[in-house]
Amino acid sequence: MIELKVNGQSRKFDGDGDMPLLWYLRDELSLTGSKFGCGMGLCGACTVHLNGEAIRGCVTPLKSLSGKEVTTIEGLSPTGTHPCQVAWEKLGVAQCGYCQAGQIMQASALLKKTPKPTDAQIDAAMDGNICRCGTYTRIRAAVKSAAGVKA
Amino acid sequence: MSNYTFGESMPAPGRVSETTRLAQEAYSQYDQSVQMLDRRSFVGTVLSASALVFGVAVASRSGEAADANWQPSVYLGFEPNGTVVIMAHRSEMGTSSRSTLPMMLADELEADWKKVRVEQALGNEKYGSQNTDGSCSVRDFGAAMHKAGATARTMFERAAAQKWGCPVGDVAASQSTVVNGKTKKVLTYAELLPVAAKMEVPKDNELRYKTPDQYKLIGKNVPILDSHAIVTGKATFGIDAKMPGMLYAMVERPPVYGSKVKSFDNSATMQVKGVTQTVELPMFKQPHLFQQLGGVAVVGNSTWAVMQGRKKLKITWDSSPNDNYSSKDEKKFLLDSVLKPGKVVRNRGNVDTGFANSVKTHEANYYAPMLSHAPMEPPVAVAEWKNGTVETWCPTQNPQAVQDAVAAAMGIDKTKVICHVTLLGGGFGRKSKPDYVVEAALLSKATGKPVQVVWTREDDIKFDYYHTVSGMHMKAGMDADGKLNSWLFRSAFPPIASTFAPGAQYGAEFETGMGLNELPYDVANIRAENCPAPNHIRLGWLRAVAHVYHAFAIHSFLDELAVANNTDYVSYVLKNLGKDRMLDLAADGVKPWNNGQPIEQFPIDTGRLRRVLEMAAEQSGFGKKKATKNRALGIAAHRSFLSYIASVVEVEIDDKGKLTIPNVWTVADCGKTINPDRVRAQFEGAAVFGTSLAMMGEITTANGRVQQGNFNDYPVARLTESPKNIHVHIVPSTALSAGVGEPGVPVMAPAITNAIFAATGKRIRELPVRRTKLV
Repeated sequence: MIELKVNGQSRKFDGDGDMPLLWYLRDELSLTGSKFGCGMGLCGACTVHLNGEAIRGCVTPLKSLSGKEVTTIEGLSPTGTHPCQVAWEKLGVAQCGYCQAGQIMQASALLKKTPKPTDAQIDAAMDGNICRCGTYTRIRAAVKSAAGVKA
Repeated sequence: MSNYTFGESMPAPGRVSETTRLAQEAYSQYDQSVQMLDRRSFVGTVLSASALVFGVAVASRSGEAADANWQPSVYLGFEPNGTVVIMAHRSEMGTSSRSTLPMMLADELEADWKKVRVEQALGNEKYGSQNTDGSCSVRDFGAAMHKAGATARTMFERAAAQKWGCPVGDVAASQSTVVNGKTKKVLTYAELLPVAAKMEVPKDNELRYKTPDQYKLIGKNVPILDSHAIVTGKATFGIDAKMPGMLYAMVERPPVYGSKVKSFDNSATMQVKGVTQTVELPMFKQPHLFQQLGGVAVVGNSTWAVMQGRKKLKITWDSSPNDNYSSKDEKKFLLDSVLKPGKVVRNRGNVDTGFANSVKTHEANYYAPMLSHAPMEPPVAVAEWKNGTVETWCPTQNPQAVQDAVAAAMGIDKTKVICHVTLLGGGFGRKSKPDYVVEAALLSKATGKPVQVVWTREDDIKFDYYHTVSGMHMKAGMDADGKLNSWLFRSAFPPIASTFAPGAQYGAEFETGMGLNELPYDVANIRAENCPAPNHIRLGWLRAVAHVYHAFAIHSFLDELAVANNTDYVSYVLKNLGKDRMLDLAADGVKPWNNGQPIEQFPIDTGRLRRVLEMAAEQSGFGKKKATKNRALGIAAHRSFLSYIASVVEVEIDDKGKLTIPNVWTVADCGKTINPDRVRAQFEGAAVFGTSLAMMGEITTANGRVQQGNFNDYPVARLTESPKNIHVHIVPSTALSAGVGEPGVPVMAPAITNAIFAATGKRIRELPVRRTKLV
């Protein structure tokens, strides 16, 4: 039996502990905001927070999460108004939108640790999250807007 | 529900794309063996029962009849409370068609955008073409949106005038109300609806359209409808669509194109907890179209279970004629093929005489590899087979193709296929081909339950409808002053045509018509030839299609010619473009493909090409800054999808040969634009997509097997590998709206390689760039 918290709620899971967190969130909890993109931790579409740090849900087995706290895009802000979400909307970042929940989770983890990131810090933090539509220039601008640093 | 026909029927906009036509023709063959069912049994609508729908004309089956019955009004309905309901009949994959077309209708209707509800339309031919590819949503359906909006607005205005007993000239619609200019009285659309709905429908010549200064949405930066749902994780993509009681499935597909299951052992698979059964899927029959590849499906009650079960399958595959297909041999084959004469697809003058009379000549061969679409959301679909109908939720660019393909696979009439379209996590052409929906339907029938088929990234990359591999040969003859007098352009590529006509070795009209037979330069002798190449794998169209490799060869070659004449691309192109004119391809024996549009309406205007080239040069300072070994500019200007685009790329190359792109300047003349911010977004995205394919995109095969499978071995551009700044300038224009989604892509590869040459002196004639050491 694995006990963990997802978006503040206690959960118990007694299935296959090797199952990655992503499929637990999507198939069992119907939290479908976290997306499947590669299954190998290469694209970041499944990014969630584990005790505040950005991790890839597709390669994180449930058995490693006993007693841990997971936050997904659905739990990032009760009103959908986290500064990253606001900035993403203001700057019209999304095209297809599929990767953006992962991008926002990655960016919000960065800003929690580094509230005023430099360009290099933004690049380093966001380089693991692929956007095939190519919204990167707006992602960079939105991170800066959310952080309140000069574009 | 009341049905009102309003507005006269008009011919369906545009022409169906060549791929749509090819597929429709092929699927109509299947239909002959299928019992026709009463199509009236299905009129898909998401409006409430009491809603007023103006003019629902369910078209009959054939393309022509659909044209005759097509009504713009199918896109518009009203709820009794006055809520305007606009049907988004095109798919949303990131280009904003789902927002932009309804926005045009709402503006012309003078509806309060905040009170408009946009519903995604089911697949149904009454909407006209729903095939969201070819960069044509606004071009083909803009007029219909305006007409539907203007018609309904006129009816509301007349209804108000009738109620007030005043001349209609005294009233004017404003934001879902009608205002009496004299008395200042106001009636809402909701209040007017009962009267308006009974009014006679105004004739076309009675319609008054808004003037551009009256627009409240068109021409403004309007956010996409799904913005908030996307950033909060609540948007429904294909992978998020669930049906009650559904099972999950993954398919182990034949590793070589055209091989099938000889035998398989599922005993270990069935031991995996959660796996409920395995199902053998038959191999497609030629022509391939949008059929499943075949293989063995593992079905179970969670994604993880079927993923595990699939790994334990033991399958023996039959041999395939494509067992020896290797990219190494293919490259040699194509580059040999273009050294021999091919099928002439354009001829002007006589290039052979031209070369003989030239002061100098220059030749070069180019090569571009296969590419995979790799949308962030791999193919996925959920479908339920029940009592002879199939209901599916899927991320598709073409719900009517879903109807055709599923109907053919199941032996039912297409009206028995109910296709709900979700948001698409990227499309790029992949999701025009609904083989994955066919799989879901077949598996639902086999299991008796709704089934969601999930493709892994490896499935996506190994079993794509690939962008084809190509070899090109260029030869130019010049006068003493460097002016071009002769140009031979040969191109060989296994054609997309083979997906529709097995064994096809020459490109379909839309393939040769993308770049190969439409050089716009003022050259006395031109010959374009398509050299034969058979396919050994499944092929399909990817964002910008044949323009990708043709533009790479054309603009690399022009840069080479410029260098050979001690000048730069801009000066050389301006010298050879000739005076501003409408290109007359017919004079060279070419029926211009022209993106399927009449050349009279969308002429090839060399003046527009010249202007974007000059503007991009000016905005970037091209030719002013001196190139260094670390930093240089490259440029290309190309017309595609009826739009004129020039991009300048600035490359920076460090001592270790690592390339970065500090800046891209794109100047785009796409005619009238509707939502400028979304147009800019498309060109920003195209700069990244083009960078990605140029720098790193490459699919290879060995022993018939695709050698890549995920983002580790099929890399796509990440943030730091993409242009850091992308400056997009949209040329203000009153010309007809043209393409936006695709035309930003083709210019990128040659602009990058031209910049690399300027910086390093290395001429890259083979993509991707990463195969060449830059220092």
